Amino acid sequence: MAPPRIAIAGAGTIGSLLAGHLGTVCEVSVLTRRPEHAAALREHGLRVSGKHDRRASLYATADAGELPEFDIGIFACKALDLDTTAARLAGRCPEATMMTVQNGLGAEELVARHGPWRIISAVTFMSGIRHADWHVEYELDTATWMGPWARTATPYALVEELAALMVSAGLEAEPMPDLLPAQWSKLIFNSAINSVAALTDLPHVARFAQEDELGDLGHLVHGLIDEGVAVAAAAGVALHDDPWAMNVLAVRRGETDHGDYAHVPSMLEDVLAHRATEVDFITGALVREAQRLGVAAPLNTALYRLVKAREASWQRGRASTAAVA
Amino acid sequence: MRVCVVGCGAVGSLFAAHLATLEDVEVWAYDVVEEHVAAINEHGLRLTGRAEVVARLQARSDASEIPPCAFGIVATKAMFTEPAIAATAHVFADGAVCSVQNGVGNEEVIAAHVARVIRGTTFPAGHVLAPGVVEMDTTGDTWIGPFEPRPAPMAEVERLADALTRGGMPTRALADARGAQWTKLIFNASSNPLGALTGLTHGRLCELPSTRQLVSGLIAEGVAVADALGITLDSDPQALIDHAAAVAYDHRASMLQDVLARRRTEIDALNGGIVRFGRERGVPTPLNEAIAALITGMEHAWTSQPEDR
Repeated sequence: MAPPRIAIAGAGTIGSLLAGHLGTVCEVSVLTRRPEHAAALREHGLRVSGKHDRRASLYATADAGELPEFDIGIFACKALDLDTTAARLAGRCPEATMMTVQNGLGAEELVARHGPWRIISAVTFMSGIRHADWHVEYELDTATWMGPWARTATPYALVEELAALMVSAGLEAEPMPDLLPAQWSKLIFNSAINSVAALTDLPHVARFAQEDELGDLGHLVHGLIDEGVAVAAAAGVALHDDPWAMNVLAVRRGETDHGDYAHVPSMLEDVLAHRATEVDFITGALVREAQRLGVAAPLNTALYRLVKAREASWQRGRASTAAVA
Repeated sequence: MRVCVVGCGAVGSLFAAHLATLEDVEVWAYDVVEEHVAAINEHGLRLTGRAEVVARLQARSDASEIPPCAFGIVATKAMFTEPAIAATAHVFADGAVCSVQNGVGNEEVIAAHVARVIRGTTFPAGHVLAPGVVEMDTTGDTWIGPFEPRPAPMAEVERLADALTRGGMPTRALADARGAQWTKLIFNASSNPLGALTGLTHGRLCELPSTRQLVSGLIAEGVAVADALGITLDSDPQALIDHAAAVAYDHRASMLQDVLARRRTEIDALNGGIVRFGRERGVPTPLNEAIAALITGMEHAWTSQPEDR
């Protein structure tokens, strides 16, 4: 069987890591927002450094109409850009399978509004640092978990094939028949870690798991996670991983690999750059689910509001903050 | 009578300079900032802004040079109470010591070193312009009363209140000064750290419904703890918050200024104090706990060694 043709929409860190690896095993095209970004990719290819060394040659364009036919599309943009990005591909390749890798909840619904594609849900734990439009450093080679999105009846075999292709390209990928348990584990983990980081300016350091003294930060993180676990239980989701154990493991991994290393969660990156964060898709999504299910989530609600307020402090207009829950 | 101000920063200077205008009061000041001490000794302590005073007084960074005093007024930041009173305790072997600091828990620390303690809360504020020069930003009242576990007699409290009032710092002596202290505590703890975390001015915090609800949630916990302690607040913190939003819309909380300057905050004496007293009385304070943990985390972000970013 010929390898599938893959289109990747969005070439930020995650999109670049996917393209840089997959581009070495199959035909990959990349849809960028900026024409100069596409031109740089066409000229240099995509370089991966860090955990792996790769150089993939690929096609890139900022014009969705010029994007070649594809069998698999991967939306690798930020959650905030997903709606406009999916709209750019509306009407293209209706037979294709699309994969979403956005943080939080709701990405699949957004994509489904723009085309009849089959959808694969995914959550990814890999991370990297973009050094240039055509150069990304592979930082954490942790897995991408993927599963068929139930509402489009995506065959599981398709998920397995794509996961196998990613593994053959050197990425860590794990197919699962039901992604919800993993998606919720990551949601709860992210909601706590990202919002605390976005408010304290702390990268994900050992303090996030420290619970010795009364005032230690771990108590707050644990409280946030416990609320999330209760929401998941009310939603009928049996978690794939214990989010608190994920937290403990993540800070320990950072500490033992190289003592000075600490991952900067994306929401903190956004805050430091005064960009809008994904808090509405992460902590906000958890708070909305809690409300829908009638579960109390006062700590997640408080942190959600504080992150929204922090965003408001660098936004000029006042109207943009009116919708805060 | 002789009075020593312990911690002669912005607030301490307001007390020291006003008291020093009185003929019958001899004022000393203890402060660890040597340039400030030298400037005071050389040129006097000058207040500008809401007060224009040049006061002559004796300032020292070495507490052993300070003679016995009838009163102490502690005005350090809350986290420096312990070293400051440990250094000066001998000065008050036969005196009473009054805290005019932010938050709660300072009197307990002072009482571990001196026999007679006065609980105090003050509203006037200022900032240090230069060594020996302080601008008074706001005027206001001060409330003082015996600290219950190791009280100064009421007559002594009244004597201090009288001197402060005559010196231009209107002060009321109360048998129970906890209401004033907890009212200010709850007001501060429910607004100050939210400004520090979000970067929003007081007015903006109150205008966004979501943050205003957080303020209310923090207030409700503080009021519950005060109730459990049997304290009657002397005004409604909700009304104080709304009043401040109207008259000080653009005010940047002092804790926000601390955070921007990467100075350690007084979070332990504010939300941390509410949490500790709540725990003592079995009153849950999850929001105050969360806010205290976030501010402490923020302090760690700039005090801990650089992490790979």
